[in-house]
Amino acid sequence: MSPVDPVIRLEGVSLRYGPVTALSALDLSIPAGSMVGLIGPDGVGKSSLMALVAGARKIQQGRVVVLGGDMAAGRHRRQVCRRIAYMPQGLGKNLYPTLTVFENLDFFGRLFGQGRQERRDRIAELVRSTGLAGFTERPAGKLSGGMKQKLGLCCALIHDPDLLILDEPTTGVDPLSRAQFWELIERIRGKRPDMSVLVATAYMDEARRFDWLVAMDDGQVLSTGSPGDLLASTGSATLEEAFIALLPETKRRKHRVFEIAPRQPDARVAIEAHDLTKRFGDFVAVDHVDFRIERGEIFGFLGSNGCGKTTTMKMLTGLLSASEGQALLFGNPVDPRDIGTRQRVGYMSQGFSLYGELTLRQNLELHARLFRLSEAEREIRVKEMLKRFELEAVADTLPATLPLGVRQRLSLAVAIIHRPELLILDEPTSGVDPVARDGFWALLGQISRDEGVTIFISTHFMNEAMRCDRIALMHAGRVLATDTPEGLLASRGLPTLEATFITYLKEADTASDTEPTAPLTMPAAPKQSARPGQLAVSLRRMFSYTHRETLELRRDPVRATLALLGSLILMFIMGHGINMDVENLAYAVLDRDQTTTSQAYTLNLSGSRYFNEQPPLIDYSDMQQRLRSGEISLAVEIPPGFGRQLKRGDVPEVGYWIDGSMPVRADTIKGYVAGIHADTLARLSEGSAASPTVEIAIRYRYNPDVRSLPAMAPAMIPLLLMLIPAMLTALGVVREKELGSIINLYVTPVSRLEFLIGKQLPYIALAMINFATLVAFAVLAFGVPVKGSLLTLSFGALLYVICSTGMGLLMSSVLKSQIATIFGTAIATLVPAIQFSGLLSPVSALQGGAALIGHVYPTSHFLIISRGVFSKALGLGDLMPYFLALLITIPILTLFSVVGLKKQER
Amino acid sequence: MARLSNILQLGIKEIRSLCRDPALMLLIFYSFTLGIYLSATGEPEAPFRASVAIVDEDRSQASLRIFNAFHLPYFLPPEFIDIAEMDRGMDAGRYTFTLNIPPDFQRDLLAGRQPTIQLNVDATQVSQAFTGAGHIQRIISDEVAAFVQGYRQPSPEAIEAVVRAEFNPNLNRSWFGSINEAINQITMLSIILTGAALIREREHGTIEHLLVMPVTSLEIMLAKVWSMGLVVLLASVFALRVIVEGWLKVPLHGSLSLYLFGATLLMFATTSIGIFLGTVARSMPQLGLLIILVLIPLQILSGGMTPRESMPELVQNIMLIAPTTHFVELAQAILFRGAGLGIVWPQLLALAVIGSAFFLGALTRLRKALD
Repeated sequence: MSPVDPVIRLEGVSLRYGPVTALSALDLSIPAGSMVGLIGPDGVGKSSLMALVAGARKIQQGRVVVLGGDMAAGRHRRQVCRRIAYMPQGLGKNLYPTLTVFENLDFFGRLFGQGRQERRDRIAELVRSTGLAGFTERPAGKLSGGMKQKLGLCCALIHDPDLLILDEPTTGVDPLSRAQFWELIERIRGKRPDMSVLVATAYMDEARRFDWLVAMDDGQVLSTGSPGDLLASTGSATLEEAFIALLPETKRRKHRVFEIAPRQPDARVAIEAHDLTKRFGDFVAVDHVDFRIERGEIFGFLGSNGCGKTTTMKMLTGLLSASEGQALLFGNPVDPRDIGTRQRVGYMSQGFSLYGELTLRQNLELHARLFRLSEAEREIRVKEMLKRFELEAVADTLPATLPLGVRQRLSLAVAIIHRPELLILDEPTSGVDPVARDGFWALLGQISRDEGVTIFISTHFMNEAMRCDRIALMHAGRVLATDTPEGLLASRGLPTLEATFITYLKEADTASDTEPTAPLTMPAAPKQSARPGQLAVSLRRMFSYTHRETLELRRDPVRATLALLGSLILMFIMGHGINMDVENLAYAVLDRDQTTTSQAYTLNLSGSRYFNEQPPLIDYSDMQQRLRSGEISLAVEIPPGFGRQLKRGDVPEVGYWIDGSMPVRADTIKGYVAGIHADTLARLSEGSAASPTVEIAIRYRYNPDVRSLPAMAPAMIPLLLMLIPAMLTALGVVREKELGSIINLYVTPVSRLEFLIGKQLPYIALAMINFATLVAFAVLAFGVPVKGSLLTLSFGALLYVICSTGMGLLMSSVLKSQIATIFGTAIATLVPAIQFSGLLSPVSALQGGAALIGHVYPTSHFLIISRGVFSKALGLGDLMPYFLALLITIPILTLFSVVGLKKQER
Repeated sequence: MARLSNILQLGIKEIRSLCRDPALMLLIFYSFTLGIYLSATGEPEAPFRASVAIVDEDRSQASLRIFNAFHLPYFLPPEFIDIAEMDRGMDAGRYTFTLNIPPDFQRDLLAGRQPTIQLNVDATQVSQAFTGAGHIQRIISDEVAAFVQGYRQPSPEAIEAVVRAEFNPNLNRSWFGSINEAINQITMLSIILTGAALIREREHGTIEHLLVMPVTSLEIMLAKVWSMGLVVLLASVFALRVIVEGWLKVPLHGSLSLYLFGATLLMFATTSIGIFLGTVARSMPQLGLLIILVLIPLQILSGGMTPRESMPELVQNIMLIAPTTHFVELAQAILFRGAGLGIVWPQLLALAVIGSAFFLGALTRLRKALD
């Protein structure tokens, strides 16, 4: 690639999300081999543009040419994605929280087809140079924000990309880590000058270092050029100013330079902390922290990621209880049950924690209502908030479709909607653009000074910290210093707060866990090994998902244990519980004859083990009443004059009344009654009638004692092996969709088939273990022997569990939310497996749609295999059609899953 | 104190969230319409379209007569097969019953030599094996007697047994099947909706947000119970009126409002179970598994599929904890037997007690989990 060719070229690119336009007819060429920054307010289409370039999102209109090919062509995307690395917005969005740092990196290495040794070398190199070396065994979910971003970058760099796309990589990252992050990028670029980097950022001081900038607004490019060009063309001194100057007139006018008025001292204390301490196991998150915040003060919390800021704030809100020490709000100890105090506090947590399923307006209204605003005030406040935070245009859209900065503004609006006296804000401006940030601080200044609201805020922006009345520097759970910004600068004699902060950290950092970094010596890119043969399916990529899924299963042993143990318990209960032999049926007699003959007749019933006699009936209404209440299931009426009639040779009629509300039971009773009646007749006519004309020899096959258990055990195994593996597998894909890591499927070379089969394998293995325990249980605990070949049964089980896990995977691929998937899987497995597969009534007896489902459903086939091998000693040859049926089902399920799963976001 | 307005608002939020998931809405619609219809109509009518094959080594009028006596809806049209096919067919599960009529059957019969017909029963097909065998025995006896005596009427009996089925004269299985399936859907949906909604709030951090507001865990829980309960209740009223009564033409007796009152109590119990499971599970995958482990026995052992009387006492007692056990009894009593409050109050009481126990359990766990 010659350096003259642009690495990215967009021509007339438009993108819409429903009614919202993200990009409109955008043209852009980005030069290769340079570091390019995308700047612009929130929601102008930066992230959309990056997603299109990375191939994560489907192109709607226009042409996107990346690395010399059209990204609309799947073939080109597949080839080129090995050369692109994409790090989406959000802290560790594409990472797997339960996996350790090493395992995350290892997974990405495998995805790009690297061998074991190569992965080891690269990972060692990357963690050493990013200072993550000491944390390789820590789960990604437990890393601080800055470390997560570094890990995300390492994952992106593992395959030596030619194009690195970083979407706000340093949002929410502390200054020290931020500095390290950019040093790292610089060093990598030093090693690989050909690499192009495209970065979106909200930090203008970062943008200053880039080679080339693209200023965007409203889905279009405002201006391009080097930082110097931009400054010159707008006549500004700083990029921040240039940025504002570039905005169209209407937006620029909203921005005004503001000054927070000096504070009038107020000795009353809003928040007080004494020796506040929080331990999580051995880890001390907050270590004897003391501070005192006066009413009306703006108190800033500054510190590295993971230093305990969030934990401290959570203790103040009552979300976490202190391990030691005390926190006072308005002079009273924090009490999580105290509803009154909550009314006076507004809290904004670090991650977005509002309802994604409600529109912005609905979110605001819900909170206004929960904070008990009167209806009139509610309306005013909602309107005011929408206006103040410039959310009017998007008031009726869902937050999920909006950029981070807009969502942060919504969170803020929610936090102050009820005019709290105290605001606890945990990094409220992370990811918010400079204009909106200024607007927000103007607002804070106003409510602090005019309304006397106390504000406790944490931030990573130094210019914001400078606006606080006082700041506390926090590190490793301890407060290092608390003073006014000017006082802190004076204490170390440094010109900027950033330098002061870093100095403090370094002073404190003798024994704690900031990560030493080592120079980067990237291995001389053995690119050949990273480009494996052009096989349609790469086993290595497939197994990378298998490996990862197995790790996640092992990290959550509860699931596997629950599956194995739960299925045994269910097998035990249901094996005994499902019994077609109806016994102990309650019946009562209405004997209106009251002779010895009538009593002799009923004696046959009471002598039967099936029936259980209740006190006699008095009259018809008693009979009706007791049948209706369900107290008896059968009533027998013997007419008056029964004995006499019988003697005379007339035919007396005995009435049987069966409760028909449950037909299965009623049918059985009917059968019993007929049998007993016939028996009675035989006895009455003993000697007189001829012996029966024909003898019927009944042979109960396969289960000569006609016990329920030997019949049920082989039927329970197919049932449980459908329901449990299907549900275990069901959340595999949709969970990634809901939590964000599905993006790795979109932008890495892994194909849908590799992804799906890779995920399915560990569940097949688990289901086979389940199968083994169930068979062992049937043989050992139930005493039901396997009469046929265990090997045949196991082979059938293997095919069957591939089907059942495939069923779960299909639901997971097609549906979008975890709830719908659980429900869908339950619908798709419970009824067909229990009712339509021949568990109780044979499939041949079913009718209508049920019969149709029964004939194709895998459980029907395996039920016959299981019963055949268990009870009838049948072999593979006898059961061939059922094996074939399962064998055909497998590719069909997989095909549907592949079709149902999208390889790009739409 | 719980505040009604909070409970109302949070509940409305739940319903709004539900409406944002069109796939879920579609699944709910399916389960309360076609799902019920399929289950109700799929089950064979008594006695069960059994498959019969006959090895006729006599090929006489008498054996033909027996052959012709098996017909729908009781039996699928029988097949004539040979001895070898008999074993293979039974092994493969093609025939539940096979008859072997010996050579010279008719001659022996007319000579009064009492020939023997062999009836083979596949005893792995539990449901048909027991009752079916008795039925076939009777058919053969009748046919043979008729053949011998030359006329169709069996010999007059000394006593006639007049058997009537109360409440469902034709023992129509779709009647009970449809109601039972509706109960299954109610249980499944209400447990999944509440449990998963709770886990989702935890996974997305929204529950934490609620707890810094003037909202108590009791309010959060009550909101979930009423909103999801209402959705399921509406769906079940629709299913009962339109699908069960309208489409399936099942005549329902008794007071619908009493039934709905019972259904409300059932939903109180099942939504509480859902929340309870939501507090036990740490993640959605765990919850999914827990739910399926709970749903299986609820569907199979509540007395809707096989009669409670036939279960061992231990299983019967364990299943008393399940709200569905009581509700199945209640639904049978009200909808088919027309029972009133005087009869079903024990079930209502049981539902209320079980519901309260799970509700309190869930509330305690929720508070603990959130503190």
